[in-house]
Amino acid sequence: MSAPLSNLENTTITEQLLLRLKIPTKLRNLEAVLILFAMVITSFALALVDLGATGKLNVAIIGLSLGLGVIVLALHLALRFVARDADPLILPIVTLLNGLGIAMIHRLDIANGLTGWQSQATRQMVWTAIAIVVAIAVIVIVRNHRVLQRYRYLWMAAGIFLLLLPLVPFIGVTINGARLWVNLGIVSFQPGEIGKIALALFFAGYLVTARDSLSMVGKKFLGVRWPQLKDLGPIFVVWMVAMMVLIFQRDMGTSLLYFGLFLVLMYVATGRAIWFVVGGGLFGAGAFVASRFLTYVEGRFTAWLDSFNPAVYEAIGGSYQLVQGLFGFASGGVIGTGFGAGHPGIVPLAESDYIVASLGEELGLVGIFAILSLYLLFISRGMRIGINGADDFGRLLAVGLTFVIALQVFIVIGGVTRVIPVTGLTTPFLAAGGSSLVANWIIVALLLRLSDTVRHQRDGGDAA
Amino acid sequence: MMKELRRVSLGILVLFGTLFASTTVIQVFQVDNLRVDPRNVRTLYDSYSAERGSIIVGTTSIAESLPSDDVYTYQRSYLGGGLYAPVTGFYSINHGLSGLESAMNDQLSGQSNAQFFDQVLALVTGTNPRGASIKLTVNAAIQQAARDALGDLTGAAIALDPKTGRILALVSTPSYDPNDLASHDADATAATYQSLLDSSNSPLDNRAIASTLYHPGSVFKLVVAAAALDSGAMTVNTIVPNPAKLLLPQSASSISNSGGGKCGKGDTVTLAEALQRSCNIPFAEIGLQLGESTIRDYAEKFGFGATVEIPMAATPSVYPSGMDDAQLMLSSFGQFDVRVSPLQIAMVTSAIANGGKLMKPTVIDSVLAPDLSPLTTFEASEYSVPISAETAQAMVQMMVNNVKSGVASNAAIRGVAVAGKTGTAENGDGQPYTLWFTGFAPAEDPRVVVVVVVENGGGLGLRGTGNGVAAPIARTIMKAVLSQ
Repeated sequence: MSAPLSNLENTTITEQLLLRLKIPTKLRNLEAVLILFAMVITSFALALVDLGATGKLNVAIIGLSLGLGVIVLALHLALRFVARDADPLILPIVTLLNGLGIAMIHRLDIANGLTGWQSQATRQMVWTAIAIVVAIAVIVIVRNHRVLQRYRYLWMAAGIFLLLLPLVPFIGVTINGARLWVNLGIVSFQPGEIGKIALALFFAGYLVTARDSLSMVGKKFLGVRWPQLKDLGPIFVVWMVAMMVLIFQRDMGTSLLYFGLFLVLMYVATGRAIWFVVGGGLFGAGAFVASRFLTYVEGRFTAWLDSFNPAVYEAIGGSYQLVQGLFGFASGGVIGTGFGAGHPGIVPLAESDYIVASLGEELGLVGIFAILSLYLLFISRGMRIGINGADDFGRLLAVGLTFVIALQVFIVIGGVTRVIPVTGLTTPFLAAGGSSLVANWIIVALLLRLSDTVRHQRDGGDAA
Repeated sequence: MMKELRRVSLGILVLFGTLFASTTVIQVFQVDNLRVDPRNVRTLYDSYSAERGSIIVGTTSIAESLPSDDVYTYQRSYLGGGLYAPVTGFYSINHGLSGLESAMNDQLSGQSNAQFFDQVLALVTGTNPRGASIKLTVNAAIQQAARDALGDLTGAAIALDPKTGRILALVSTPSYDPNDLASHDADATAATYQSLLDSSNSPLDNRAIASTLYHPGSVFKLVVAAAALDSGAMTVNTIVPNPAKLLLPQSASSISNSGGGKCGKGDTVTLAEALQRSCNIPFAEIGLQLGESTIRDYAEKFGFGATVEIPMAATPSVYPSGMDDAQLMLSSFGQFDVRVSPLQIAMVTSAIANGGKLMKPTVIDSVLAPDLSPLTTFEASEYSVPISAETAQAMVQMMVNNVKSGVASNAAIRGVAVAGKTGTAENGDGQPYTLWFTGFAPAEDPRVVVVVVVENGGGLGLRGTGNGVAAPIARTIMKAVLSQ
């Protein structure tokens, strides 16, 4: 495997072709087999949905499974050309999650009587295609991730712009109480989802340069060394942004996600756990004040702590959705009702915020464990890319992108299963929603690019 | 940086560990609680998707599930309008279930332990499990006769076999048509439900077992007399003073007998005569002599204070505690805070009719598998033995006299010895009385105990009496049983 590509100039055309075919195929072939496996599972899931819910197979599922298969194959082929050494597990895992999501959304379409272009599954399929095309573009255009570090302040500006876009009058839209959406006439979009990538790029780029000063120790107080006062600036700024999201966009989940991302990257960059104390304190204080003065935050906490109280259950913005989701989980039990045999449509937003409850109902605890394991596997690949990273920026970026997915999964599933208060985030890759798909597929593209660089470099390919 | 990355990985692992734990807790340990939550409509949908068993009277299904084309797969359908509603209850998509539909839901929906292997088989073969059917002890002709006898009156009637506890008729009026609540049109059922709730005469209440409890009035004298005899404190010939008016101790108020005068001519009166004439003053004196705790002991042996399940749960009847002498005297003829369900009075009477042995009342004859083979057959079982056979014998004699020559004469049937006791319970100044009759026939070998209660003086204002209104209804029901 160590045949250096840099020697290509000195060989004949035939040898070049032979090399191209020989060297990278092992990883990519493994990936191809696993993608096929993921597609077989997805197709079976779609068929089971039809059989379980209607008793017969509908032609629409052929379009859904073929569509996903073809577009994922396109990304796979692109990898064969531009990122031959990319991690072979990431794409199959994400394909399977995306496919299971489409199957569940298709199942809810049947429950809600939606067909044709009204069908959420069809829309999700189209969004998946768009997302993967964007992912291919990212992986083709970004050949060297270090370039991204140069534009860190551009990412900052883009991140803040995207974050605040929904607050702009006329185009900003409030859905379910949270002002997170932008309506561009034909499509509505959640710019904050893309914003999280811009912020991850910015944090990684910024912390690589700023970490030396941020790791300086200050005065000792209460037995621990606190950061110097002048170094509190950045964390304070990010905290302010997070609080603005909490107050003006009324979205606890996004706020927690951004702030959590920043804290983790800060810790990884500086190696100083004290940032968790400082950041946790700041966020905790902010959230506490918010819960006292913002009725929606207070409502979310009450719905979390006292879900089964009839008054809370009946209240507008109360725990109805949460409790119905729990009923769904319970009705699934360990083995689930089977695809198409439960009543997931009872829960409001069953195809987006509560898709995990829908899956828990029909696939049972077994299915949820399988899905959580897929996420864990994805995250472990991401962390591996971080640990093996070629350079500090690459490491921070890989960790940041991976952690965003991990934290988002925790915030959503933790909310739905009453570990933490419910927030308005979507489950990565599974939930219906275009912005979330595009954003998460971009993360996939960046992780694939980083992983390619890691192996490429280790194999000496970059040496020339 | 490596150390930090490993710690972050560990942190993520902990976060996911919580998710594995939280889903396990919900989907394994909290499942039972979440499934029985009345707000969980999935339980209802699931029970609809199984073919729910029928409720059968004789050989006729009075409640059955018929295939329907909507999401619920089956439509529950009831026979006889409101006739059987006090037994079956309703099975509604948006107002839950009541009556037997609720009490026997596990069996009807196929979820009971006895049906476990059917469930496994259904799971393996991919078919929907079918629920078990319930065959009732209720007799169609007697139920219809009891319903017709009550007519437009507001009240309840129970007929049961004292030797087995089998309930032959259970009527509550006014009633409602459960079909109106079982409709799959949620808006229509909500409107019906609301109008039933708003209705001044509460048609949804099951007055026979579980509505607001009634003052028993003089029928409670059966409990006091039984306690007096069985405790050995008195005999039927024990005499008590017989004034026409009695000032209650530590009180400005006095009590009188229902006729206004003395209880018979003498200066004293026997217990037997007092019961036969249903006099209040002698019973107040008897109650005071016995004391609260003795009467309570007997009341509780008869079932007071307990939730009796037939299998629908009856509201526990109340014998008050911590009464002063005046209150004890008032309660001894069924006033003050004594409150009963008609089922409770049926149980008292049933114990007397069955030689002192109280059989557990039930409406269930058997639970039948979908192929109609019996899964469970209910055997008659003893609830308690509140009084001895001798006490029962003495009570029967007094109750027979009550009908033959006493104040329950309207229950008499030619050629049959009928035992009975009436009650005309006061509900406060100027309020119409609650009218009672309880009795059984034939007295020497009882086939049926009948309890009738009529609210609101039977529409006769203050002129309505137990003997005038309730006794003739009971007589009709008893004749319906005896003619079979």
